Amino acid sequence: MNTALQSVPDIYRILPEVILTLTGVWIMLMDAAMKPSKSRRSLGWVGAFGVTAALYASLGQLSMPAGTAFFGTVQTDAFSVFFHVLICGIVLVALLLSLDTLPANQHHRGEYFALMVFGAVGMCLLTSAVELLVVFIALEISSISTYVLAGYRKNTGKGPEAAIKYFLLGSFATGFLLYGVAMIFGATGTTQINDIAALIPVAKSPSLVLIAFALLMVGILFKVSAAPFHVWTPDVYEGAPSPVVALMSTAPKAAAFALLIRLVYGGFPTLKPMWLPLLWAVAVLSMTVGNLAALRQENVKRMLAYSSIAHAGYLLAAFAGAGTSGIAAAAFYTAAYSAMNVGIFAVITVASGYDEKLPLIGDFRGLIHRAPLLGGLMLFFLISLIGIPFTGGFFGKFFSFTTASQGGAIWLPLIGLLNSGLAAAYYLKLVVSVAQAPSSNAPVAPKPQIGVAVGTALAFATIATLVLGIAPGQVLGAAKASAQTFATTISSIK
Amino acid sequence: MDSMNGIILSIILLAPLVGAAITLLLPEKGKLPAIVALITGLFTFVCTLHLPAHFNSGASGFQFVQDFTWISNPNIHYHLGVDGLSLWLVVLTGLLAPIGVLASWSSVKERSKVFYALFLVQQTAMLGVFVSLDLMLYYGFWELSLVPMAILIAMYGRNLTENSGPKAALRFFLYTFIPSAPLLVAILWLYAKTGSFDFATLQAAIGTHAFSTAALCWLAFAFLIAFAVKVPVLGLHGWLPDVFSEAPVAMAMVVAGKLGLYSLIRFHVGLFPVQARQAAPWMIALATIGILYGACLALVQKDFWKVLAYGTIASLSFCTLGIYGFTLAGLDGAVLQTINEGVIGAALFVLLGALYERFGTSTIANYGGLAKKTPALATLFVITGLALVGLPLFNGFVGEFLVLSSTFTGVSKGWAAAGTVGVILSAAYLLSLVQKIFYGPESQAVIAYPGKDLGFREQLVLWYLALIMLGIGICPNILLNGIESGVQQAAGYPTLSEQMKSNASSFVVIAQEISKGGK
Repeated sequence: MNTALQSVPDIYRILPEVILTLTGVWIMLMDAAMKPSKSRRSLGWVGAFGVTAALYASLGQLSMPAGTAFFGTVQTDAFSVFFHVLICGIVLVALLLSLDTLPANQHHRGEYFALMVFGAVGMCLLTSAVELLVVFIALEISSISTYVLAGYRKNTGKGPEAAIKYFLLGSFATGFLLYGVAMIFGATGTTQINDIAALIPVAKSPSLVLIAFALLMVGILFKVSAAPFHVWTPDVYEGAPSPVVALMSTAPKAAAFALLIRLVYGGFPTLKPMWLPLLWAVAVLSMTVGNLAALRQENVKRMLAYSSIAHAGYLLAAFAGAGTSGIAAAAFYTAAYSAMNVGIFAVITVASGYDEKLPLIGDFRGLIHRAPLLGGLMLFFLISLIGIPFTGGFFGKFFSFTTASQGGAIWLPLIGLLNSGLAAAYYLKLVVSVAQAPSSNAPVAPKPQIGVAVGTALAFATIATLVLGIAPGQVLGAAKASAQTFATTISSIK
Repeated sequence: MDSMNGIILSIILLAPLVGAAITLLLPEKGKLPAIVALITGLFTFVCTLHLPAHFNSGASGFQFVQDFTWISNPNIHYHLGVDGLSLWLVVLTGLLAPIGVLASWSSVKERSKVFYALFLVQQTAMLGVFVSLDLMLYYGFWELSLVPMAILIAMYGRNLTENSGPKAALRFFLYTFIPSAPLLVAILWLYAKTGSFDFATLQAAIGTHAFSTAALCWLAFAFLIAFAVKVPVLGLHGWLPDVFSEAPVAMAMVVAGKLGLYSLIRFHVGLFPVQARQAAPWMIALATIGILYGACLALVQKDFWKVLAYGTIASLSFCTLGIYGFTLAGLDGAVLQTINEGVIGAALFVLLGALYERFGTSTIANYGGLAKKTPALATLFVITGLALVGLPLFNGFVGEFLVLSSTFTGVSKGWAAAGTVGVILSAAYLLSLVQKIFYGPESQAVIAYPGKDLGFREQLVLWYLALIMLGIGICPNILLNGIESGVQQAAGYPTLSEQMKSNASSFVVIAQEISKGGK
């Protein structure tokens, strides 16, 4: 096996990240070289092209044998490819979405595209990093890009507020993570995730391992915005521009979930009796807190922020599954959640514009009457978020809860599904608002225009959500194949 | 044509979806969406007629079966089939599709593309519920059937008061969606234990006592509640009056009854025969009280949609009563009555919809003496009303007779007596409705009305439905032969029916008390 590992040049193992980095640098340089008055639209297309190339490069990694590179710091396997493809897909949709909706005279438009691509570098690296310090660096690359993007609407009060909140709380969280890394090094003498599993039983101080693990968890659960580390989410989503929220509510979370899976199944499988109840508690708490809080929201983006907290909870329920089925279900859920969440924020971006003319649920009243296509898509994504069959959202929940009930925790699906009943209540508020006849005294909003780029973005999200709901077999197969990466470490769990 | 047997169910499921897609793609020009929907509905109906034409009522088990793997792991199959229980319900659904389109012909003016597309998706969902034999597929269609309904109520609600349309949509959705969460958990639990969503496999596994009694009790309860809301059974009917007042006619005529009642027989009684019999005394009590409650409330309503809503609760309670008596005749009657209710309810909705379209009000007091101006409307209303109250020669009579006589002989005389009182009450509310709207002194609105009677389109639909009511009433055996082969299994378990009787006897006393107190 070792010979097979060495036969692949190291550079191929990080080819997607290299492509993305070069694209980002190119955009940044071109931005500086171009006249200030010139449209930066072409740079967005460069970004989209680079991301597509990275996506194909990731798919190409499937043909290589799984293995590590650069002294064991990154590992490409079916698992990393699954998340690479997912993240590249999300970033592609977010870029296409921004192309048409960012105001043309906005300053730093080139920078915006570069930041998105740089963020993708960090997120992709996060899913393939197996060395905790590389994990930290990848997390910082992705976070710093999103901090800046979150505050992009500088001339509003909420924009900088969102960025500062996100930055301060996020720094604390990464601080926790770094402490965890230091302590795990102290306890086991290594920062290689793959080696930690074997070294834990012989660790000098078992309590140090536990503390380290807890600190790592705090850092990661913050990034996936699971309760009780969720408080930043609604404020940041409200303040950030909608196309950025489409990105940051999905891609960094997908990357963080990938890290969580790699860490608990790859690095700490022996601690399963410890982390399983912990994750269950977080799952139940996230669902309940997220849904209860969402019920009271009038602002659409805040509501969806709380709903994304609840979705993190549904996803965590999958960890109860026995063997690799839980990982497969979690990976599938990530994909389904990303598709529909990107979709709904894409619709919001188009309907409400970059400067958010429609912040409240009531503002969307009669959307389907004004713009049937857009309204119809909004209903479709909402139905998927509710979890109605034949959409991706249903199968995500279904696989997650099936594995949980097969793992013997039948109460977890019960709580989860009752929670999705609760969730239906607030999604439906938006559904009926979109569907009902427009009120006669409402100000007439301009009819939203759907350009080529935005149209492509919407089509991607719609098709993905539909395919995941009607023919999930192939994606589920890929998720299962990716879960096989952890088959050996999982079998070590007693 | 026999070569069609293997794929006919898929054609029936796909046809409305294809129609919906065509509707969306074509431009919204005049009546074009409605015409496409009508053609699709008629085509689907003709396809459903293939089923009774080629159905072998002598054979047991499912026919026209299609089974292939949809997703290999978890083991979900695309497994369709029809037996005597679902056969005529599929035909009924097919029949009501073109009628729904014709009923909306002139009332839906704006966004008709969206309306008809969603209407057709709703057809697929309902048909899918009846023909799915894989529990997961079934659940998929069950949930899907909520979505177009809720959206259409929100979009085309009558909005009698500010925002009442969207509120009715919300209430309808949540009432049905939340109880289906435990249903899904129960299905997942069964899957975790057996590795199968297949109806027959699960039935066999439960029949061989593979599960503990307590677990089965919970499972059966989860199934029961989810379906009882959809029927609705008394106590869970809170969504119905609002939906009847608000929903567009084509939607309201299919929202209650058949889906829930079919599911009760197939999945509650069919999968959990023992638990269903334990629940029977409660269900019988609820059904009988529901008959009386619904009829009494219908008697005092001021709004005719509400009359129809409470009347529907009463007539659906007859079906529930028939199911949980567990006699062959009772189950036959229940299924037949479900179909009858579908036909008669559709006719009543078209009639009341015609009134509402003409006068713009559903308050009964605004009407009076209309018979002189619209004789055809009055005639058809009376015919439909007579079918509903169970006049012999009409379909309602056969269903009610089967249910009540089997309750009398097989369950308890007291409950049967109480149910019979319900029949009298239903005659009372209906005749008083006819009297108030069509006879007596002419009201202001009626005097001012220029006097346009039913149009050709409406007459066509209503006479057609009246003919069906008469047809079923005269020769119900066409339907009953098939139905009987389907419900035999549910009525089986002779040893249990003994136990049932002893259970029921304790309720006879209460029943007698209630039936005395009711007078």
